Amino acid sequence: MKRFLYVIPLMVLLVVGGFAILQLKQVSDGKSVNILPSVLINREVPPFDLAPIQGYEKGFGSKDLLGQVTIVNLFGSWCVACQVEHPFLMKIKEQGLVPIYGIDWREKNPDAGPKWLAKYGDPYTLIGDDPNSKAAIAFGVTGAPESFIVDQKGVIRYKQIGPITPDVWESTLWPLIQELRKI
Amino acid sequence: MIRILTVALMLAVFAPLSVEAVEPNEILRDPALEARARVVGKELRCVVCQNQSIDDSNAELAGDMRVLVRERITAGDSNKEVLDYMVDRYGDYVLLNPPFKAATLVLWIGPAAIAVLGLFWVAMMFRRRKSTDGKSEISTSGPQSTPLSDDERRRLDELLKEDSA
Repeated sequence: MKRFLYVIPLMVLLVVGGFAILQLKQVSDGKSVNILPSVLINREVPPFDLAPIQGYEKGFGSKDLLGQVTIVNLFGSWCVACQVEHPFLMKIKEQGLVPIYGIDWREKNPDAGPKWLAKYGDPYTLIGDDPNSKAAIAFGVTGAPESFIVDQKGVIRYKQIGPITPDVWESTLWPLIQELRKI
Repeated sequence: MIRILTVALMLAVFAPLSVEAVEPNEILRDPALEARARVVGKELRCVVCQNQSIDDSNAELAGDMRVLVRERITAGDSNKEVLDYMVDRYGDYVLLNPPFKAATLVLWIGPAAIAVLGLFWVAMMFRRRKSTDGKSEISTSGPQSTPLSDDERRRLDELLKEDSA
């Protein structure tokens, strides 16, 4: 019995170490571990109505999302990872796979977003300006880029934290979009 | 004197840590509302900095959240309604004080339970030690010490003699 007591610390160590190794393995597998599960999944898009960015005529509001499966993508000209995913968003736009709506988040200068889009291309159906994080907070966003898949009824079905990569697109996003279209 | 200096030095070093990040232009005119905003702000986590309240953080998103808290308070929301609004979007994670519920039971009870177990264990050890102490009359230095036998005593004497020779 006494011997057994001495083994307890070792066992605790093994359990803690085991969890640590599992986490590390997830990181090395390329999965992001620090993801907060979005509480907004399967809930309606929070109501918002954003003004257009400089030089654009129309803004973007939650009502624009009704009637079709869409992607809402949060970006900013200051955001490096957004540049990484941008060419892929352009590809989605060129192939007409699914409409992407943009939220231009926290631009310091009102012309920064439009300039960035002029340089790298504009994949968005509509863009809203979100200088004070109104929409970002409504969506529970912690960093850019983040993307939401929204179904025909305006219900959020998926949250993608970080850039949309070809991998994520093939394995998760595109199958989900096709699935949602059948509803 | 040295003690006073030490305290002064510690204050100088650690006081800035508690300085709030609330910007002058964010502060509400109504001191009562502003006071409530501070209470709410201290309970909300800055979601981009892991372990700071939005009141303590200089992050831009924290600033925007502070402004939002003030807007909602000015619009007539109660403190709880403002917190609920944030939890609705960011989950319990946004609260610095996680709520007490089934999923957080281990978090709340765990440390106390381990402390109680530890105290219990220590108490047991002391009781055992005490009871053995009482039984052994010859014990000098501790409960486990037994006196040297005649044989051992003789050997020890020899060794000591050798050493001094």
